[in-house]
Amino acid sequence: MFKVKVYVTLRESVLDPQGKAVTHSLHSLNYPEVSDVRIGKYMELTIEKSERDLDEVINEICSKLLANTVIEDYRYEVEECVPQ
Amino acid sequence: MKFAVIVFPGSNCDVDMYHAIKDELGEQVEYVWHDTESLDEFDGILLPGGFSYGDYLRTGAIARFSKVMQAVVKAAEAGKPILGVCNGFQILLEAGLLPGAMRRNESLSFICKPVELKVENNQTIFSTAYSLGETISIPVAHGEGNYYCDEETLAALKENNQIVFTYQDNPNGSLEDIAGIINEKGNVLGMMPHPERAVDELLGGADGLKLFQSIVRSWREANVVKA
Repeated sequence: MFKVKVYVTLRESVLDPQGKAVTHSLHSLNYPEVSDVRIGKYMELTIEKSERDLDEVINEICSKLLANTVIEDYRYEVEECVPQ
Repeated sequence: MKFAVIVFPGSNCDVDMYHAIKDELGEQVEYVWHDTESLDEFDGILLPGGFSYGDYLRTGAIARFSKVMQAVVKAAEAGKPILGVCNGFQILLEAGLLPGAMRRNESLSFICKPVELKVENNQTIFSTAYSLGETISIPVAHGEGNYYCDEETLAALKENNQIVFTYQDNPNGSLEDIAGIINEKGNVLGMMPHPERAVDELLGGADGLKLFQSIVRSWREANVVKA
């Protein structure tokens, strides 16, 4: 069994209005050193072992549903879990 | 002409769409639930606004995989007119029937007000009843209508004259003031403003009615054999 952590973020080229609002807010809280904030999504998937290649399955899931690759990028980390 | 109004869990403009077709346009219309497999009996498909599946993940992302969408793709391939309004537009983008994607409004606010649109192309099956360059007033109601596509896609949209409506005073930050686009083939239109909410002077305006009249007119010209 695997625990897969998926991070979905807006592409660098796409303006992030939420991130921009948070950046402004941090500036008004007197953190001028913060130059940018990008807001994304974090998802945890539990995936059972199967005959299929795990990376292939995760990439399919991400590109089909979890991320819209027109405006978003994704990356993921895999942890193998030992069933109790 | 017989229309289908697709109803997803969370659709909320389906009744307005039904009313526009049945009472204002005087054509046949039926509600079609999202798990329907075939749309063969319908001549035109309408995807209404709302918050399908609670907008979970992304607007339209879950609805795009509902069973009826396979039939919508099939209808699109068959050349039937397909109109997606607001959430319906977002679903068409997610389904890849139209290019691009939606971002949150630049202001981060939900915007609900009448806006002025410019008719950029009146040679589509959805816009022949308008004049080229005409200004029309149609209400918007959305939190994510900030249209985006890459430069290559934008160039193609312009090249093929696929931008049908633009905002006169951009309310959401949409690229190039885009309010509505059509596919290359010319039978799938997606737009953020709600023409079904502007079909009677009682509602504050009737500029949306011409869009539906255009669809019916072109369908009749193509399908009704003149005696």
